[in-house]
Amino acid sequence: MHLANLALHRHLLQEAPMSNSLEPKKSGVAKDINDVSYVEVEQPGPASLGKQSLGFWVTFKTMFKKNLSVQYPDVKAPTEERFHGRHQLNRHPDGLEKCIGCELCAWACPADAIYVEGGDNTPGNQVSPGERHGAVYQINYLRCIFCGLCVEACPTRALTMTNEYELADDSREKLIFEKQDLLAPLRAGMVMPPHPMYPDMDENNYYRNEVKSADPSQGPIFDGTTAGEAK
Amino acid sequence: MTTAQLLGQDPGWLVVLKAVLVFVICVVSTLMAVWTERRVLAKMQQRTGPNRVGPFGLLQSLSDGVKLALKEDIIPAAADKVVFIAAPIIAAAMCFMSFAVIPMTGVVTIFGRETAMQLTDIPVGVLYILAVTSIGVYGVVLAGWSSGSTYPLLGGLRSSAQVISYEVAMGLSLVAVFIYAGSMSTSDIVASQHENIWNVVVLFPSFVIYVISMVGETNRAPFDLAEAEGELVGGFHTEYSSLKFALFFLAEYVNIIAVSALATTLFLGGYHALPGLGFTEAWLGGWFGIVWFFLKVNLFFFIFMWLRASLPRLRYDQFMKFGWKVLIPASLIWIMVVASLRVIQQNGASRTVALAFALGIVVIVMAISTVFEKSKEAARKPLPDGAAPDFPLPQLPGVSSFNASSQSRTTQAPTSGGTNE
Repeated sequence: MHLANLALHRHLLQEAPMSNSLEPKKSGVAKDINDVSYVEVEQPGPASLGKQSLGFWVTFKTMFKKNLSVQYPDVKAPTEERFHGRHQLNRHPDGLEKCIGCELCAWACPADAIYVEGGDNTPGNQVSPGERHGAVYQINYLRCIFCGLCVEACPTRALTMTNEYELADDSREKLIFEKQDLLAPLRAGMVMPPHPMYPDMDENNYYRNEVKSADPSQGPIFDGTTAGEAK
Repeated sequence: MTTAQLLGQDPGWLVVLKAVLVFVICVVSTLMAVWTERRVLAKMQQRTGPNRVGPFGLLQSLSDGVKLALKEDIIPAAADKVVFIAAPIIAAAMCFMSFAVIPMTGVVTIFGRETAMQLTDIPVGVLYILAVTSIGVYGVVLAGWSSGSTYPLLGGLRSSAQVISYEVAMGLSLVAVFIYAGSMSTSDIVASQHENIWNVVVLFPSFVIYVISMVGETNRAPFDLAEAEGELVGGFHTEYSSLKFALFFLAEYVNIIAVSALATTLFLGGYHALPGLGFTEAWLGGWFGIVWFFLKVNLFFFIFMWLRASLPRLRYDQFMKFGWKVLIPASLIWIMVVASLRVIQQNGASRTVALAFALGIVVIVMAISTVFEKSKEAARKPLPDGAAPDFPLPQLPGVSSFNASSQSRTTQAPTSGGTNE
């Protein structure tokens, strides 16, 4: 009789909890699956009535402890710093979009929640530095699992996640976020794209963080006061 | 004048008024009970519980009830329509009926008439409650059967088996009370406790058995196997929605309050004040008794909540084993003891004789249980090493010596055949 079978047999025959049982010894790596040695392990027996009734004391005591509930809609507890919330499409310091429409985020997405269509940058329609920009950008928050693989995949750091977690809504359409819902707001010192790249700079300068703010030649610089222009 | 005689003089309008009052008390205390349970349970789990609708969330259960009533009422295509509709009505109506014989105050005056806050007083009041709650089981069984679906059927069967089993233990635990009070009328039992001492002191084992079986009787945690969510979805009311579901919900809570009220009446002295606080009973023209009554009922309700917060659900076989093999034998033995003691007392034996008898019983019970435990331990001896099973075992990965015993048996077979020739 093999020892393993014997242990099983014991287990099947005894209705009461066993005082001892056989468990594989955790020493070294067994070469053969059958080559397992067993050791006897102490199992806790049934607890006494006194020990069992301790649970009543626990629940009673808990009544007088401080509540841990957060009164959510009134009080909003801050999330952890790196909480995975709604996505954001970032901008370069002069306001040009970082997204280049490469679709790597869409390919990385395990839930197939992202849809991207790239578009060409033309002299009259320069949305991002370089040749291409994201013309259509959608994230379906009914599919998104907030794993952050898209953020890891993004080559230009265009896609990051915010801490915003209030993403409930009452229709499927409303939960497909378009590019304008995801884009970071225009900050002071930026120019609303499309506008030409910084004078005498190309996309490589942008990626090396050499563009610090917009130049007046690129267009009217946003002073951060008119809130309507942020979207 | 006894309470029965007093109640016999009630004019019709007073009976109707009291019936309405009983109904209102049941419904309002259900609403309060749901709120209290959610709050206390939340407290026990370090949460806040419902606190938004009304002050302290007090109106939460009311708004839930209104919401439930306004929901779409679905009757499954496979359901037996008549029975499906009748079942929740039976379940709810029976719970209210059991409240009719519960005495809530002593003698009080309602619009100039002397009466007691009790709808009626019948000589077999407690038996009437048992009978009415038994009929309530029909609601559960019929709901499970008429839904035309698997889980409700299983849940209904479970819960009826459960209620019937625990009703036996409950009934037996009440026998000791009848023996001591010499009556089955609820008001007489309360009066006898007032004259002597509360039954919870004298008949403590009965009290414990009653409290356990009342939890089993009402399908509450840890005995809520009938609606074990993981196994049976919602149990017998899985297919119910809207008002019909609300009726079951109402029935459950009224039932809890009813068994708590019965426990108060039979063991905790009913509407009477705690010993030493008897002067409070005269307050508000005798109406203060209702405060004491509901304080005691709430004590039981707290036990219900506490159990629910502390204990995991029992397995069905453990539950049945506990009911039939522990509670019922225990209460049978206890009734024997009580009856014997009562006879000894009534025949004028001295207190020492009675005490010696009680002690003797305790010693005998302890001796029997010790012997029983010893024999159980002996039967639990581990198998000798190398003992081969005589049934096939599932194959473990890569084990070549699988079913060694059956192989040896097949090799032995020809030899045994040879001896037969």
